[in-house]
Amino acid sequence: MATLKDATAIAGIGQTAFAKHLHESEKTLACRAILAALDDAGVSPAEVDAFASYTMEETDEVEIAKAIGAGDVTFFSKAGYGGGGSCATVAHLAAAIATGQANVGVAWRSRKRGSGPRPWKNTTAQLPTPGQWTRPFGLLRPADEIGMLTRRYMHEYGATRDHLFNVALACRNRANQNPAAIMYERPLTREMYMTSRWISEPLCLFDNCLETDGALACVVVGAERARDCRRRPVYVHSVAQSLPAQHHGMVNYWNDDPLTGPAWAAARQLWKNADLGPQDVDVAQIYDAFTPLVPLSLEGYGFCGRGEGGPFTEGGALEIGGRLPLNTGGGGLSEAYVHGFNLINEGVKQLRGVSTAQVPDASTCLVTAGEGVPTSALLLRS
Amino acid sequence: MTDSDTGYLTPVIDEDGAPFWSYAAQGQLRVQACASCDELRFPPRPCCPHCQSFDSTWRRMSGRGRIWSYVLPHPPLLPGYAEQAPYNAVVVELADAPHIRLVGNVVAAPDAPLNSVDPARLRVGAPVRVAFTEAGGGVAVPRWLLER
Repeated sequence: MATLKDATAIAGIGQTAFAKHLHESEKTLACRAILAALDDAGVSPAEVDAFASYTMEETDEVEIAKAIGAGDVTFFSKAGYGGGGSCATVAHLAAAIATGQANVGVAWRSRKRGSGPRPWKNTTAQLPTPGQWTRPFGLLRPADEIGMLTRRYMHEYGATRDHLFNVALACRNRANQNPAAIMYERPLTREMYMTSRWISEPLCLFDNCLETDGALACVVVGAERARDCRRRPVYVHSVAQSLPAQHHGMVNYWNDDPLTGPAWAAARQLWKNADLGPQDVDVAQIYDAFTPLVPLSLEGYGFCGRGEGGPFTEGGALEIGGRLPLNTGGGGLSEAYVHGFNLINEGVKQLRGVSTAQVPDASTCLVTAGEGVPTSALLLRS
Repeated sequence: MTDSDTGYLTPVIDEDGAPFWSYAAQGQLRVQACASCDELRFPPRPCCPHCQSFDSTWRRMSGRGRIWSYVLPHPPLLPGYAEQAPYNAVVVELADAPHIRLVGNVVAAPDAPLNSVDPARLRVGAPVRVAFTEAGGGVAVPRWLLER
């Protein structure tokens, strides 16, 4: 059987500044990030023949292709479910390139969540489970929906607010090392965390990601081509998408085991096609729209057993030098919330050895997309 | 759509969900069940995920359940809810079918506001029973009362 294993590589990455408010449009920001990624790879825009993006804030590939001067495009795809689609973009490009449908792929995310509208204020949106079962009851925002799973998780397994704080702190500490991060010069203390305002109890302000304007992109090419590019290739070792049986999105309250989210099925697919296992991962970029998604993902991707995600975070496990350094650019919680694309680019930086919080000799990195929605994941290696 | 009296959102009812809401308007809590294999399913959908039959019925529940989890939302929220914050939103698992869970609110009386119960009285596992309240436009929504 044909395999995607190491058949393609990320050859270039690019990003704009991150801020609460950027003046340029999402389209302009997307073009800047894409052109920066192509320049990083040393690939001409005219060579781009594939695009992959994901839904919610959408910058149309027709607009992007004609603006950057792409060539004839022979593959384009759009993965659904917002932040769950981040890693799927690279997965789709890898599949297209490995099967000869295209040669140079660009994936990107551009959004103005910092200065633009909050999606949950749109009272007519019905994705993916019809809002009639939740919204009239004041379960309005992703924070409320994930907060509901979080309290149940704490109840069943004894996870604590200190465990969630460990996640927030690790991300903040890495952001404090990253000049591009929104929270670069703003340390976090346990006192600040424990006394911050609630958003949806049991989730407080610091359990929630940032709201950011910004754009990022990466360039995917075949492995051979990547070796001739400007930067050290970062190989796409394994990919997965996951919509598990009887999954309902963030309001996953209606199956037998709501606390096993899409991470579990993504992990089975990811590891099945890899030469590596969780014990071989040097550094992880785990989607952190909310702190509890990290312990849930640690369980799903097999770094610990069921219910052990909270205790896993103890003793500095997620810090540099710990068992599993996490979100080394600061993640969605403290670098920028750009639907997880910054996690992909940070994974590439780690495997190039150029992260602002470099894990010594890192050669394998797990990157995950949004847990709690139909998701995707990448296993990268140098 | 927002109810002009309460400021709460009213359910945007679709074809699959319509029977639930018409029974609710009669003060009945009913859940979709497969007419072929008898399995309950929620949220309602066109066919049975167990046996793929398109024939369904709506089975009446006792209205008793237990709190499976809850949150206390604080602002920023939509206006009608921000005025009540912090209020509770709960997931209730039904006594008749624990894998069937409904999102709702624990209130002091069927027509009482969403913040009418002291959050200190809420706990996972607490027994509750259903009641219904008018939500505007002839629609009734379930509410949950703590059992004594």
